[in-house]
Amino acid sequence: MTKGCGRLLVLGCETCAAMSFAGGQRQVAELASAIRLGRKTSGDEGEVVEDAIARQCEPEFVDLIEDEVSECDAILSLACGAGVQLLAERFPDKVVLPGCNTTFLGVTEALGVWSERCAGCGNCILDKTAGLCPIARCSKQLLNGPCGGSMNGKCEISKDVDCVWQMIIDRLTRLGRLEMLEEIFPVKDWTPAGHGGPRKMIREDLKS
Amino acid sequence: MKSGSNLEGILESGQFAVTAEAGPPKGTSPKIIQRKGDLLKLCCDALNVTDNQTAIVRMSSISGCVLLKELGVEPILQMVVRDRNRLALQSDLLGAAALGIRNVLCLSGDHQKFGNHPSAKGVYDIDSIQFIQMVKAMRDEHKFINGEEISGDVPFFIGAAANPFADPFEFRVTRLAKKVNAGADFIQTQGIFDVPKFIEWMKMVRKRGLHEKTHIIAGLIPMKSVGMARYMRNNVPGLSVPKELVDRMADSKDPKEEGVKICIEAIEQLTEVEGVHGVHIMAVAWEDIVPRIVEEAGLMPRPVV
Repeated sequence: MTKGCGRLLVLGCETCAAMSFAGGQRQVAELASAIRLGRKTSGDEGEVVEDAIARQCEPEFVDLIEDEVSECDAILSLACGAGVQLLAERFPDKVVLPGCNTTFLGVTEALGVWSERCAGCGNCILDKTAGLCPIARCSKQLLNGPCGGSMNGKCEISKDVDCVWQMIIDRLTRLGRLEMLEEIFPVKDWTPAGHGGPRKMIREDLKS
Repeated sequence: MKSGSNLEGILESGQFAVTAEAGPPKGTSPKIIQRKGDLLKLCCDALNVTDNQTAIVRMSSISGCVLLKELGVEPILQMVVRDRNRLALQSDLLGAAALGIRNVLCLSGDHQKFGNHPSAKGVYDIDSIQFIQMVKAMRDEHKFINGEEISGDVPFFIGAAANPFADPFEFRVTRLAKKVNAGADFIQTQGIFDVPKFIEWMKMVRKRGLHEKTHIIAGLIPMKSVGMARYMRNNVPGLSVPKELVDRMADSKDPKEEGVKICIEAIEQLTEVEGVHGVHIMAVAWEDIVPRIVEEAGLMPRPVV
């Protein structure tokens, strides 16, 4: 991916990506060394430099590296896909490459274990599902689950995947609110989930 | 009559129904469905045509239904929400109605991960319960899911699935109640091996009076070999095959015969259960055995309505 890119800036992102051990200063240093080594063996030309900013998704932080970027031919971003794209918008004449695969919005279960929690669907129902999301965590995104494949608390797709509907039922039972599930959830409006086109949010009170 | 289907006629007149499965081929030949139709037409009241079963691409369920109709066999159109969004489901329902299909079974579908296109994007725009509601509104109110008017009748006898053997057990009856409230006229259950557990589930069903609001058709899967019994016991999510049955298959000198015996015994027990209005025999890749099972279970001849 970085072959023939010339002088390359490997750019970390010090917030979420760093917390996920994917794009902090340490990962930047490791990746930059690996690229240097690779370039040496393959004879690919160009210096590899390193830096990291607090957040690649905020223009004011991105603007801080303008001078540094002007001296490079390409940027390899270790931010999420949002960071990569803001760099591409801010630096239209530079090659911008993704250094991470952005996977999901999740939580840290334990050191080195993350799992998905939120699909960012724009229409939150956690108040009705005991704080557990079937859109992000049911393999079929069922609103009236569980399906017939739920066994021993696990999803039909894998013994390593918890059935979120079993968890919802257990939690509502504990809270004495299981009768909430007698009602049929209506069909979902997927517009705010991205099926109405790319999403944008404007807060008039914050706009300058 | 909601649909005028043979299945509806039999169930609504209080007679015991027999249905079976006629899965379409992984190819274009009409002969496979036609053969199953010819084989099963005298011993069944209607045949389910599966919809990309286990997420493996096959000839479409609607075309399978039309092939059966041409033979004079009544089809049950299976439809899963895995592969179609609300637009596609509704348009296929209009087409199915126009082609004279009168029974529809509304399903979620096995996850695409199980099939032969595991990297496909699953649709799941609506779920199976919302699907039942949608078909009911199309039939009873002549309305699409967006509230717009439909021209013409949409006469479907609406079916749904129930799995008494999946977890959590107690909630399974609640989920059935949701399907009945959504508009399910009939229910075809998952294959039953653990008859006592099914009987326990039926007690809970009767306690909520659901057996009077819908027709429950008990599912059966004849076992052909001990390998099949073991596989279903260990690898199929949502199936519960007791160890005793696997042992019976393993100890038998003629496992095929033992499988038939087990199936017939189960039917005999199930016909006695209050609220069970029929049986559904899913003899996948063993359709030839169905006429014999129906005959020996004492369910022949089939009624004419």
